[in-house]
Amino acid sequence: MSINRRQFLKIAGASAVMGLGGIAAIDVLRPGQFEAAQLSRNPKALVGKRWGMVIDMKRLDKETMQKCIDACHRIHNVPHFDNPKDEVKWIWPETYGHAFPGQESKYTSEEIENMPFLLLCNQCDNPACVRVCPTKATFKREDGIVMMDMHRCIGCRFCMAACPFGARSFNWRDPRPFIKEENREYPTRMKGVVEKCTFCYERLAEGLMPACVEESNGALIFGDLDDPNSEIRKVLQAHYTIRRKSELGTEPSVYYII
Amino acid sequence: MYDGWKVIIGIIIFLGIATFPFLYDLGKAAPPPIEPKIDTPEIQKMVEKKCVESKSFMKTEHMVLLDKWRDWYVREGRQIYTADDGKQYNISLCNTCMKCHSNKKDFCDKCHNYAAVTPYCWDCHIEPKEGNQT
Amino acid sequence: MLEAALKGSRRYWGLVIILSAIIGLGFISYLRQFSYGLGITGMSRDVSWGFYIGQFTFLVGVAAAAVMVVLPYYLHNYKKFARITVIAEFLAIPSVLMCMLFIFVDMGQPLRVLNVILHPTPNSVMFFDMIVLSFYLMLNLLVGWTVLSAERKGTPPPTWIKPFIYWAIAWAPSIHIVTAFLYSGIPGRHLWLSAIMGARFLASAFAAGPSLIIILCFILRRYTKFDPGKEAIQSLGKIVTYAMILNVLFLGFEIFTAFYSTIPGHMHPFVYLYSGLEGHGKLVPIMWFSSILAVVSLFILIIPQIRRNEKALGVAAVSVFISLWLDKGFGLIVGGFVPNMFERVFEYWPTTPELLITLGVWGVGFLVLTILYKVATTIKEEVILDKYGEKQVKTR
Repeated sequence: MSINRRQFLKIAGASAVMGLGGIAAIDVLRPGQFEAAQLSRNPKALVGKRWGMVIDMKRLDKETMQKCIDACHRIHNVPHFDNPKDEVKWIWPETYGHAFPGQESKYTSEEIENMPFLLLCNQCDNPACVRVCPTKATFKREDGIVMMDMHRCIGCRFCMAACPFGARSFNWRDPRPFIKEENREYPTRMKGVVEKCTFCYERLAEGLMPACVEESNGALIFGDLDDPNSEIRKVLQAHYTIRRKSELGTEPSVYYII
Repeated sequence: MYDGWKVIIGIIIFLGIATFPFLYDLGKAAPPPIEPKIDTPEIQKMVEKKCVESKSFMKTEHMVLLDKWRDWYVREGRQIYTADDGKQYNISLCNTCMKCHSNKKDFCDKCHNYAAVTPYCWDCHIEPKEGNQT
Repeated sequence: MLEAALKGSRRYWGLVIILSAIIGLGFISYLRQFSYGLGITGMSRDVSWGFYIGQFTFLVGVAAAAVMVVLPYYLHNYKKFARITVIAEFLAIPSVLMCMLFIFVDMGQPLRVLNVILHPTPNSVMFFDMIVLSFYLMLNLLVGWTVLSAERKGTPPPTWIKPFIYWAIAWAPSIHIVTAFLYSGIPGRHLWLSAIMGARFLASAFAAGPSLIIILCFILRRYTKFDPGKEAIQSLGKIVTYAMILNVLFLGFEIFTAFYSTIPGHMHPFVYLYSGLEGHGKLVPIMWFSSILAVVSLFILIIPQIRRNEKALGVAAVSVFISLWLDKGFGLIVGGFVPNMFERVFEYWPTTPELLITLGVWGVGFLVLTILYKVATTIKEEVILDKYGEKQVKTR
């Protein structure tokens, strides 16, 4: 049989593609070993349709705020870097003009100018970060929490560009050496993935309130915004609240009572 | 075929080079790893020494189970897994699996090192504390 | 045809070796970045995209510019571009390759890159970007190679290539529009949140890409026997002229909207870029240099008598390319992050490892370009006459 080089290469290429494709097809079409019935939720878990938070600035002072931040960063193994470039933070303080840019004026009272606003991921209802993630590594859960899947994140940081609230941090280097006290019950992250506050989903699964809410002495009110009888809805009815950059349409779930 | 003998000799040389690593080590295979140790204090305290699934299942499928576990827990928000025998477990590498198998070096690493497998789980999930580990 | 790249003069091999050395240096730097993390660059929590993504953004434009040669020739039978369609397509290939490499080196977890394909997310512009770039690379490889083989055999290209050519023509603007959409759909960053981003990107692409083609044509004419043709180069010059005018005009439109409306969110990035904000002004000299180069290039390009002078045109092409590289590759990206979402200024500057990796990727692009051009020019030199009976080689 006489076969020239081109034909040989064409046959070899086609065989390789079919071989690999065949293996892939078998992998995908093979029947699975697990059934959906094997999974269930923790019966203690708190269930909601849209988790939200109200931060009552009238009841939040600097010490309480620092306790909230420390609790969150401690139980979630959030690293502390000296170099501000590499900073990772899930919850942090800001002053009025920087928390609500566009709202500040020359004549705002000094009291408000110096209030220590507590900022965290707003767990938006229409999140820009989820819209842009190319792998669905950040996604919205049924209970409204904007979740991070560290196993899938490719570290492209599109979500960081998209978030209008600067809520996301990237692990520019290995965080482990910079964790003050390891919490062995919760994983750390590795370099190259994005992280942020996830409304303590792991605590909600055990029936506990988020760590910052617990430490806040009542200044942080957490609840299901979708439940008209929840405490948070009553608080929202009783007070005037503002949200950060609400004109952008991301529908933040974190409200502030000034 | 033109130059048929040259091609055949070429194929023989190619096969020789390709199989050289195996031929060189013929008869010199490293001994199979000592059975991973399951005599941790937590396992010894157990009345009925059972893992989440059977030993044969875990041997071949633990990586599949863990892969599914992580998606179920993180992406679907399901915390409880009902094993084939009906018992329920919390879906967690560190808080379920590693609570019993707290001797990673004598358990997980034994086979992983032999098979030259480095799962990246431990980049994030904190390894259990062992006596000789800081 | 690839065997033409294996035979060359000492100058050719010298270029290949130098580029390989640059690539090697970049690769070693990348290994350091792979083990340390992206913190080795100048990027930070506030400026989370920097040089790499800037280069990617700029090069997508250069890649798309092949359409400016291919469209007039295939859709409107503009004979003057007959000789250089392959040259343009063979520029698109390394440009897209460089784009993909820049994205790869920018990723925090590059080994997981296949997650984008395993978990397709149609609502993510970045997912689309990956798809359109991959297809564009394959299209240009297919079209360029087929047309060149046909030229070598002395026959017209096969008819089945025509639909692929039309697909490539439609696809080219799309790759750059998708890249513009990466920025113009982001709600919080006012430098980017503008409908004109798409138009601006296309205008700067069609100015920077053909400028590079002009420069490469001059180089090819000097160092090989292949002559792209005086009229082809002049036509490219006219394309660059109009595209650059539009690009500068669009920038002017943006500045007008920002400063006439006096909305702080719109003004602040421009103030940071061109005058400095709160005492921070690392990018100011760069942006003004880019603007001066743009003005110089427009002066040369708009006046026909000056544009017809090939030396002046070369200077203009270099100016346009550098000006747009600075404006799009650096200013636009960093400017979107400053000031940050809290109206604070955190600056960015690339670090040495970052620059070495960047150089390494450019090295890969230029090496692929060198090899492809070697193949193309060798074949064209052998064939001598083009489809219309005109000599492709220099008569000296």
